[in-house]
Amino acid sequence: MTGLSAIELEDVVKEYLSHGEVVQAVKGVTLDIAEGEFFSLLGPSGCGKTTTMRMVAGFEAPTKGLVKLHGHDVTDVPPNKRDVNMVFQSYALFPHMSVWDNVAFGLKQRRTPQEEIRRRVGEMLEIVDLAGREKRRPREMSGGQQQRVALARALVNRPRALLLDEPLGALDLKLRQAMQIELKRIQREVGITFVYVTHDQNEALTMSDRIAVMNDGLVEQLARPRDIYERPATAFVAGFIGTSNLLAGTATGGEMKVRGGRVLVPGHDGEVSVTVRPEKIAIGQDEPGPELSGVRGTVAEVVYLGTYTSYSVSLADGADITVFRQNAHDSLAAAERGDPVWLSWQAQHSYVIGS
Amino acid sequence: MRRLTPYLLALPGWMWLAIFLVVPMVAMASVSLQTGNAYDGYAMTFSFSNYGDALGRYSTQLLRSLVYGALATAAMLLIGYPVAYWIAFKGGDRKSMYLFLLLLPFFVSFVLRTISWNFLLADNGILFGTLKDWGLLPDDFHVLATTLAVVGGLTYNFLPFMILPIYVALERVDPRVVEAAQDLYATRVGAFRRVVLPLSLPGVFAGVLMTFVPATADPINAQILGGTGNTMIGNNIQTEYLVNLDYPTASALSFTLMAVLLVGIFAYARALGTENVLEAAAR
Repeated sequence: MTGLSAIELEDVVKEYLSHGEVVQAVKGVTLDIAEGEFFSLLGPSGCGKTTTMRMVAGFEAPTKGLVKLHGHDVTDVPPNKRDVNMVFQSYALFPHMSVWDNVAFGLKQRRTPQEEIRRRVGEMLEIVDLAGREKRRPREMSGGQQQRVALARALVNRPRALLLDEPLGALDLKLRQAMQIELKRIQREVGITFVYVTHDQNEALTMSDRIAVMNDGLVEQLARPRDIYERPATAFVAGFIGTSNLLAGTATGGEMKVRGGRVLVPGHDGEVSVTVRPEKIAIGQDEPGPELSGVRGTVAEVVYLGTYTSYSVSLADGADITVFRQNAHDSLAAAERGDPVWLSWQAQHSYVIGS
Repeated sequence: MRRLTPYLLALPGWMWLAIFLVVPMVAMASVSLQTGNAYDGYAMTFSFSNYGDALGRYSTQLLRSLVYGALATAAMLLIGYPVAYWIAFKGGDRKSMYLFLLLLPFFVSFVLRTISWNFLLADNGILFGTLKDWGLLPDDFHVLATTLAVVGGLTYNFLPFMILPIYVALERVDPRVVEAAQDLYATRVGAFRRVVLPLSLPGVFAGVLMTFVPATADPINAQILGGTGNTMIGNNIQTEYLVNLDYPTASALSFTLMAVLLVGIFAYARALGTENVLEAAAR
C-alpha cells in the first residue's frame, strides 16, 4: 500500500484468563492500515477480530506487541486520549440522552465552543439523514436510525480513524445492503480510515479496499477483495469466502490425476490442494481438450437461482463439485439430475493452495 | 373466560390489599376523629382538632424524626452507592454471593440486631470499656443515648434496602455504553458523571424511598440506642397506642406522619424530575 500509515499493529498478542487457564485470543497480528483506507477484519466469531479492534480503540491492552496510530506508539494510551472513534455492535447509544445530546457528547467532552457544536452536530445529522429528529430518544427509533445516530456520534468528532464493530449485524438484509452503500459513500465523503469488523464475507468483499481474513487469532490472508476471492492463500480462506471446490492429489509434471479425470497445475509437483471457484467451471457432454482440466461426474442436484443455475456434480471418488452457470442465453438447463457430464476449466483457474 | 383469567389470578392479591390495607386505614381514619377515654370508650365526633392537638404536642419529635430519617438516608446513600457499584461492576462471578452476604443479617431479628448494637456501644461495654481501661478514651465518653447512636442504628438496619435497588439499576447499565463514553473522550470520572450516574438515578430514587420512609417512622432504634432526648415520632405513636391507650391521638399522629412523608416524597420526585425517573424506571 502507498500512503501514510494510519494504524499499525506490530506482533500483537492478547491473552486472558478463562477459568484459570490462559487463552490466546490474538496470537501475533501484524497489520499496517493506510490513511483513508477501508480496511476489513473478516472472520468467524471467536477468531480474534473484535479483540484486535478493541486493542486499537484502547479498551484492551495487548499482552505483547505495539499499537501505533499515525506513527505514534499508543499501546499505553487510554481510549479517551486516542484519536479514533468506535461504532459499537449494538450501537451503545446513551439511552437517557436525546439524539442531539448523543451526537454532541464527544464535542462537549472536548470543550468545543457552543457555536461550533451546534453547527457540526447539525451538519452531521444532515449527512446521516436524521435532521428533524434531534429530540428523539434512541429507543424511539428504528434499528437503522439508531445505527445512523451511532455513526454520526463517532464521525462528528472527525477522528483520524473510525472503527466499526459489525455495525450492520442487527439490521435486516435490505437495510443492510442500503447501509453498505451509504457507509461507503460517507467514507468517500469524509475521507477517513475505516476499520471494519465483520463475519459477513459479502459485506467485506463489496466495501473494502483490503481485507485481513482472520482465523483462530491469526491473519490467514491480507489482500485486496479480488485476490482474496480468486487466489485464497489457505484452505480456510477458500472455504470461508464464497463457495469453492477443493481437490487434492499428487501431481506429476504439472498434472494431477484424480479419479475420472485430470487437473492441470502447471509448475507443481507432489502433494497439492487445488481450489476452483464454481463460476469458472464449464459443464458439458463432451470430453474437453488436453489444454483444459477435465473431470467426469454425475449431476446430483440442479438448483435454479434466477441469474444463474447451481449444479452439484458427484465425482467418481465421492467428492462433490459445485458449478454455477449463468442463465445468459436460455433458461434451459445444461444437464438434468442423473446425467453424466464433463466438467472443465482453464489451467489458470486451478488455484494451488500453499501446502 | 380467557380474557378474565389475569384478573382472576390477581384477585387474591386485591382482596388481601382490600382487607388488610384499606379496611384498617379507614378504621384508623375514623378512630382519629373520635373523642372519649380508655375506660368509657371512644365515640365518633368528627373531632378534627385531634390533629392539631397531636401535632402541637409532638411537633418536636416529628421534626426530629424527619431530620434523623434524612441524616440516616444520606449516610446510607454515601455508604450504599459505592457498595452497589462495586458489586455490579466488579463482582464478577461472585455477585450473588455478595448479595447473599448483604441479606444475611436479615436472618436475625431486627430487634435483636439493634440490641446487639446496644451491647457493642455500651458505655463500659466490650468496645468502649476496653478503650477506656487502656486510657485511649476519656471516662465520660459515650455514644449510646446520642443522635449519632440512633442515626447510626437506622443506617445500619436499613442499608440493604438502599443498596439493592441501586445495584439493580447499575446492573442494567450496559458496560459498552460506558466504553462508548470513554471512546468519546470522557475520563473515567466523566463517564461516571454523565452516563453511569444518570442511568442509576431510578435506583437511587427507589433506594431513598425504601429507606427514608421506614427510617423516619422507626421506633426501635430510638428506643434501644437513644436516650430521652432522642425520642422519635414512632415512639410517641407506640406510647399513645399501647401505654396511654389514647387511640385517637395515636391514629391522628400516624396519619400526620403519613401525610408529611407523602408530601416529602412527591417534592423529592419533582426535584429529581418525576417524568425522567419514572420513564427511566419503566425501561
